[in-house]
Amino acid sequence: MAAKSLPGLRRPGSEAKEVKGFWQANRWLILRRLSQVIVLGLFLLGPLAGIWILKGNLSASMVLDTVPLADPFIVMQSVLAGHFPELSVLLGAGIITVFYAVLGGRVFCSWVCPVNPVTDLAGALRRWLDIKKSSRLNKSMRWWLLALAWLLPLITGYVVWELVNPVSILHRGILFGMGWGWIVILGIFLFDLFVSRRGWCGHLCPMGACFTLIGSASTVRVSAANRENCNDCMDCFAVCPEPQVIKPALKGQSNGIGPVILAADCTNCGRCIDVCAQDVFKFGTRFANKAEK
Amino acid sequence: MADKRNTAPPEREPVGKSRRQFIQDTGHALCGVGLVGVGLGLYGEQSLAHAPDVLRPPGALPERDFLAACVRCGLCVEDCPYDTLKLARIFEPVTTGTPYFNARKVPCEMCEDIPCVAACPTGALDKSLEDVDESRMGLAVLIDRENCLNMQGLRCDVCYRVCPLIDKAITLDMLRNTRTGFHAIFEPVVHSDACTGCGKCEHACVLEEAAIKVLPRSLAKGELGKHYRWGWVEKEEAGGSLLQGIGDAPDRLPADSIFKDLNGGKP
Repeated sequence: MAAKSLPGLRRPGSEAKEVKGFWQANRWLILRRLSQVIVLGLFLLGPLAGIWILKGNLSASMVLDTVPLADPFIVMQSVLAGHFPELSVLLGAGIITVFYAVLGGRVFCSWVCPVNPVTDLAGALRRWLDIKKSSRLNKSMRWWLLALAWLLPLITGYVVWELVNPVSILHRGILFGMGWGWIVILGIFLFDLFVSRRGWCGHLCPMGACFTLIGSASTVRVSAANRENCNDCMDCFAVCPEPQVIKPALKGQSNGIGPVILAADCTNCGRCIDVCAQDVFKFGTRFANKAEK
Repeated sequence: MADKRNTAPPEREPVGKSRRQFIQDTGHALCGVGLVGVGLGLYGEQSLAHAPDVLRPPGALPERDFLAACVRCGLCVEDCPYDTLKLARIFEPVTTGTPYFNARKVPCEMCEDIPCVAACPTGALDKSLEDVDESRMGLAVLIDRENCLNMQGLRCDVCYRVCPLIDKAITLDMLRNTRTGFHAIFEPVVHSDACTGCGKCEHACVLEEAAIKVLPRSLAKGELGKHYRWGWVEKEEAGGSLLQGIGDAPDRLPADSIFKDLNGGKP
C-alpha cells in the first residue's frame, strides 16, 4: 500500500482502466485466467465428480476417452531415453505440437500452464512492493536446460527432468496429491519474487523453451498495429513477461521493421493489449506485417 | 537478440571483447547447467533404488525401461477401479510421478480386463499382457517364518485362502510339528511360476506386521549359474543318463555296526 501511494509512481494499466474501462483494460488477463481455470477444471472434474472430459494430466491425457493428447517435451525425453512409445502418445504429442505451432508455442505458458499464475503473482507482487533488485540470468539459460533435459535421458536411459519439473509436479499434485511438491512451487515463487524478475518462466524453464521452439513460426501474433499512437508510457514493458520482444515491433518503424511481434519468446498473453491506453496492440497474424513508411 | 542490436553503439565493438564476452557467457551457462545436470543425475540414480515395498502395476516393463517409457500421466491410476494405484509424490521413496502400489495398504485386485494396462498410452505397461494371471508385479515370500501362525502349527491359512491362484501360487505343504511331536504344520509355500505379486496375501496377513510380503522379483528370486544343470532334469529330457557307458563305482557304505546303532539294532 505504501508503494502505491508514493508520489510519481503509477500502476501500469491505471490509465487504460480510466480510458477504456475495467473490462477492456483487463480483458485478456481475465480470459487467460479463465482458460487456466477451465483446463484445470476439466481435468479435476474426473477425480472429483466422475465426469471424464479430460483424463490424465498435462503430460498425457485422453479427451472423452477417445482423442489422445501428450506433451511433446516429455515424450521427447522418453524417446531419447530409448523407449519407442505406442502410437497413442505419439499421436497425442503430434496433435499438441501442431496446435501450438499454429496458435503460438508459448500460449501454453500463458494460457494453460499452472505455474504461470504462481510466477505472475510473484511478478505482480514484485511491482507492487517495488522490488527493483534482480539477479540477471542469461536468457539462453533455458536453452541450455532444454539441452540438458534431452541429454540426460540419452546418457542415463531414463526420464530425468520429470523428477523435478515444477510444471508437472504442480499439475500432477493438484490432481493426484501434492505431498511436498508445494516446496518446489514455493521455491519458484520466492525465486521470482526476491531473486530474479521473471526468473523461472522467462529464463530457466526448459518446457517453455520447448514450446518456444514449437511456436517459433506460429501464425497468431500480437501486433503493435497502431504504434504511431504510442506515448512512451512504458506500461507494456512493465507488465510484459518477456519485455525484450516488444521493442523491435513497437519502435522499429524507422528501421523498416514491421509492427508484428515475431519473437518466439512472446507468450501471446495479451497483457500489453490490456494495459495500453492508446490501443496500440492487438492480436493478429504474423502475415499482416507490412512496415508502412 | 534483436533488442540488443538496437541498443548497441553505432560503431562495432572490438572483436576480441565480444569473443571474450561470448566465452564468458557460455562458460557461465555451461557451469550452471553442468552442476544442475550432475545433481539431477545423482538424484535420478538414487531414485532408481526405490523402497522394496513399492510395486509396479501389472505389465510394467523392467524398472529401467519403465522409467524411460512412463510419462507420469496417471491414466492407469484414474482407470484403476479399486484405487490401488497411486502416483508417487516428490520425496516419496519411489521415482516422482510414477504409478505404484503398496500391497499391505491396497493390493491389486487382478481385474480380468486389466484397465490400467489398457489405459497406458506409452507402452510402459506392456499391452502384450493379455491374461492378468501372467503378470509378474513381484513375488510373495514367507519372509518371517518365526512369526507366521501356520509355521507354529496353527491353522491361520489366510494368505492361502485369499490367493486368487489358490493351490497354484500358494500351496500348503505338510511338515511334522516337532514342538508338539504329533501335530502337523501346514507351511504356506509360494510358487514363483504362478505368483503374480498381486499382494492379496500380504494385505490379508493377520499379524501386526505381515509375515508374507511381496518383494520385487529381482530381490526375491535366486538364479542358477548359466552353466549349471539339474542332473535329473537333463536325464529326463534326454531319456536316460547323459553319460552312457561310464561305469558306476560301487557305493562305499559304512560298516553294518553303524546302522545297528542308528536303527536300534535292526539292520
